[in-house]
Amino acid sequence: MTELLLSPLRRLGHTTINAIWRLGFISRFLLAILRYSGQSLLRFNLTIREIYFAGVMSVIIVVVSGLFVGMVLGLQGYNTLSRFGSADALGALVALSLLRELGPVLAALLFSSRAGSAMTAEIGLMKATEQLDAMSVMAVNPIARVVAPRFWAGVISMPILAAMFNVMGIFGGYLIGVVMIGLDSGTFWSQMQNNVDLHYDVINGLIKSLCFGIAVTLIAVFEGYDATPTAAGVSAATTRTVVTSALVILAVDFVLTAFMF
Amino acid sequence: MKRSTIDLWVGLFVAIGIAAVVFLSLKAANLTPQSADQTYTLYADFDNIGGLKVKAPIKEAGVVVGRVAAIQLDTKTYRARVTLMLDKQYTFSRDASAEILTAGLLGEQYIGLLQGGDPDELKAGEHITLTSSALVLEQLIGKFMTSFSGGNNSKASASAAQ
Repeated sequence: MTELLLSPLRRLGHTTINAIWRLGFISRFLLAILRYSGQSLLRFNLTIREIYFAGVMSVIIVVVSGLFVGMVLGLQGYNTLSRFGSADALGALVALSLLRELGPVLAALLFSSRAGSAMTAEIGLMKATEQLDAMSVMAVNPIARVVAPRFWAGVISMPILAAMFNVMGIFGGYLIGVVMIGLDSGTFWSQMQNNVDLHYDVINGLIKSLCFGIAVTLIAVFEGYDATPTAAGVSAATTRTVVTSALVILAVDFVLTAFMF
Repeated sequence: MKRSTIDLWVGLFVAIGIAAVVFLSLKAANLTPQSADQTYTLYADFDNIGGLKVKAPIKEAGVVVGRVAAIQLDTKTYRARVTLMLDKQYTFSRDASAEILTAGLLGEQYIGLLQGGDPDELKAGEHITLTSSALVLEQLIGKFMTSFSGGNNSKASASAAQ
């Protein structure tokens, strides 16, 4: 009888301790990455290679999604704004929603599922096939050789991808608003320029995407490094990367928005 | 894949990224009139600013000539001190006046400047002395009601005297 009462409590305690342990581990992991970054950035071509796989390969999906998000914003925004007789403000609406929220957040979500999951799977598989141990045996630090280049590649790529997403989104809004619906092109741009502020909107959006880049890549490399070294373990780690990244992106976005705007 | 190819793609990626940021700052944010060296500040004290916000436009004859940079409460006079950031190419005379107006019936509030006739110009950091406050709807209704009932009272007293 007492066992029946105690076992759920025990399970709760185990989950809590585990969560806190992982939080501590991920913080120490970040410190280790930062400590060995110097070594790995000296061989910058490692990072460039990872930028190619994480950043350049994500361009297509980010650009296409940006274009479509912009076009949808244009259509929906026009429908709503024209009801209040202020369809002229479409340019401002599209640019502000993209720069402040949609660009950084959606680009980060896409990046985490396109590149983050690949990083986790790659590092997890390296661990499962004992490549990381082999490196340690050869006195090559796996964090400096494998983890840090991927981390910096993600941190560098994320703002660039978000900026591309924004530009394509604004272009999509322009296509719908000006080319298809026939709003005045001058009004579209001047409304946008009157309402968008360089520091307040553009720079804050880039800072956001930089924070997302740090969070997403750290989660991805950590889950890979922490994965149970089996086929099932790597697949579970990849799933966790995508789910945790999405939740962390949304939570960080809320906090940053509360502070910034 | 060969290293030089990867380098080329990454270089292209970063270059497009920088171009995207430049596009956003120039075309979407219109970098030009906000920088500090092209603007000068004036101050204006208002009794009541109504719903005026920071970054609200300042207009002369309907043309945007600057933006509201800051709004503070002067703790000595208990009036609102508005910092105006004006484009350097526009100068105003010493007896220019500022009033808080509303764009449309329910639109945003902005500051309307009215150029005066004084040959001396306002220099950076000086105050616009002639100001008129925002129209607050409740006060307007209140004034109307009191004047209305006041008129009735005077009529009533007049009839009582007869």
